Amino acid sequence: MKIIACIKQVPDSEAKVRAEDGKVSWGDAPLVINPFDEYAVEGALQQKEAQGGTVTALCLGPESAKEALKHALAMGADDAILITDPALEGIDTLGAARVLAAAIQKIDGVDMVVFGRQTLDNGAGITSAQTARILRWPMLGLAGQIKVHDGRVSVERVIEEGRQNVSAKLPAVLSVVQSIGEPRYPSFMGIRKASKANIPVWSLSDVGASASEAIVKRTELMNPPVRETAVDIIAGESPAEIAEKLVDKILAEKVL
Amino acid sequence: MKTFVYIDHFKGAVQPASWEALGLAKSLGTASVVLFGSGVDAVAKAAFEYGADEVLVADDAALTDYRAEPYASTLAALASSQSPDLILFPTTARTRELAAMIGVDLNTGVLTDISGLEASGDQLIATRPIYEGKLIEKAVCSGKPVIATIRARAFPKPEAEASKSGTATKVEVKSETLTNVDGYSTSESAVNLGDAGVIVSGGRGVANNPSLTPPDGMDEKQAEIWRAQQGFALITELANVLGGAVGASRAAVDGGYIPYSHQVGQTGKVVTPDLYIACGISGAIQHLVGMRNAKLVVAINKDADAPIFKQARYGVVGDLFQIVPALTEAFRKKLGK
Repeated sequence: MKIIACIKQVPDSEAKVRAEDGKVSWGDAPLVINPFDEYAVEGALQQKEAQGGTVTALCLGPESAKEALKHALAMGADDAILITDPALEGIDTLGAARVLAAAIQKIDGVDMVVFGRQTLDNGAGITSAQTARILRWPMLGLAGQIKVHDGRVSVERVIEEGRQNVSAKLPAVLSVVQSIGEPRYPSFMGIRKASKANIPVWSLSDVGASASEAIVKRTELMNPPVRETAVDIIAGESPAEIAEKLVDKILAEKVL
Repeated sequence: MKTFVYIDHFKGAVQPASWEALGLAKSLGTASVVLFGSGVDAVAKAAFEYGADEVLVADDAALTDYRAEPYASTLAALASSQSPDLILFPTTARTRELAAMIGVDLNTGVLTDISGLEASGDQLIATRPIYEGKLIEKAVCSGKPVIATIRARAFPKPEAEASKSGTATKVEVKSETLTNVDGYSTSESAVNLGDAGVIVSGGRGVANNPSLTPPDGMDEKQAEIWRAQQGFALITELANVLGGAVGASRAAVDGGYIPYSHQVGQTGKVVTPDLYIACGISGAIQHLVGMRNAKLVVAINKDADAPIFKQARYGVVGDLFQIVPALTEAFRKKLGK
């Protein structure tokens, strides 16, 4: 099976992200592989192990995003491709999906594309479904378990009401959730391999796509309002007394 | 302004934010409810009661279970023929996918999980959280229609009026599909934190009760999980008395104490309950951005310096294993339950 894991590079989730002069600032926090995309790489590697084949990590981003691809290589991906182009600056999700779909077609013979459920930055979680729609491939979103058998893929989707079992013919696009299994740590050998890897860089013309004008545009960026709360610590002689006082305070707030 | 409001339901049980979307649509102009499924007459009736100007129904066996392709194709065809200015959805697993796909079909933009929408001239400006809620952006969509999924509890829910009624309009179904629904398993209880008015959450501290003796034969990790489950049982009891849902911090779900579906923060699961009670949660930044918009936050933690207290209105520095059962008892008494 030829499997693609789509990944993105984002500021570390521990970063103190702030709006500064209308731009996003994350201080000196590192840029890392989007944590949800580590599950995508993990899911792709699991299928490679079960079915044989290769895993290619695919990323759309600036030159620095090679570091995220190296993480995927260190985890065990066979190769990696970076799509970078000045024209991709300010692209929206639909534009990104179009470029990814074109790249997947160019790679050719792909059986499965795996995404993380969403990115930490924009967080829309829609690029996977848009890519599937553009390719006219089935979309199996929020998969917690994946099984491939006889050219079909079956997944257990984690939805609000519980778990739904869905299947489709390959090739297909999947997004995965945490129940797929903890992402493996890069091995020592993997890290060595990744550090030496020469990652091919594709421009838009290499992919055969053009950057469409963004339809969705940010007009303002703000820090969330700071909540002014002085905490009122409730103390007492016994848990029962504390509970009594606290319940009275909560009921007085009339939120229930 | 003409708005389509997509009603998201599971076997006829409507996601409440669907009605909030309907209320928002009415505040902007006319609201055409779009309803897919099979045997959905009761939902259509409710849509009129909640104020729909018309209800467009695709009622077909092919639409019994939600599947992306027939739903997206039916909705895209309907939007192409009726040219709404705006299509609103509640934000759910299904609608993120559906909105994404019709965005492709209609070549327009999708704004997910919005908490505000204002008309300014002929533009709609949406407010939405990004970076796990650490930042807020305002965004516009230059395509038509504007597609947006709304965050639960961010917009007021309209009052249903039993006197309002109407006749639903049947629309054409596009039934081609690429995916099969093979069934459902309910191994994991359904959790919907987004709609919860009260959330009681547990964190790492829930496993921290050395006075409990786990059954024989457990290794250290099993014993930790067992302890945590005893703690979550107390939290669940309190949540039940308050008619609320059970949440968890990342530490608790990573520790295997409770399924991921309970996690607050990071996965974009930003919750806005009226009351949030954090038990044994120290307050990592991801968790704080996930719950800081709750109306009233109460924190119970052994560590007086835990960051969670900075977000809380009321705090108890103490042992959750003593305080939580006492709270359950006190609420039971005062609420007459």
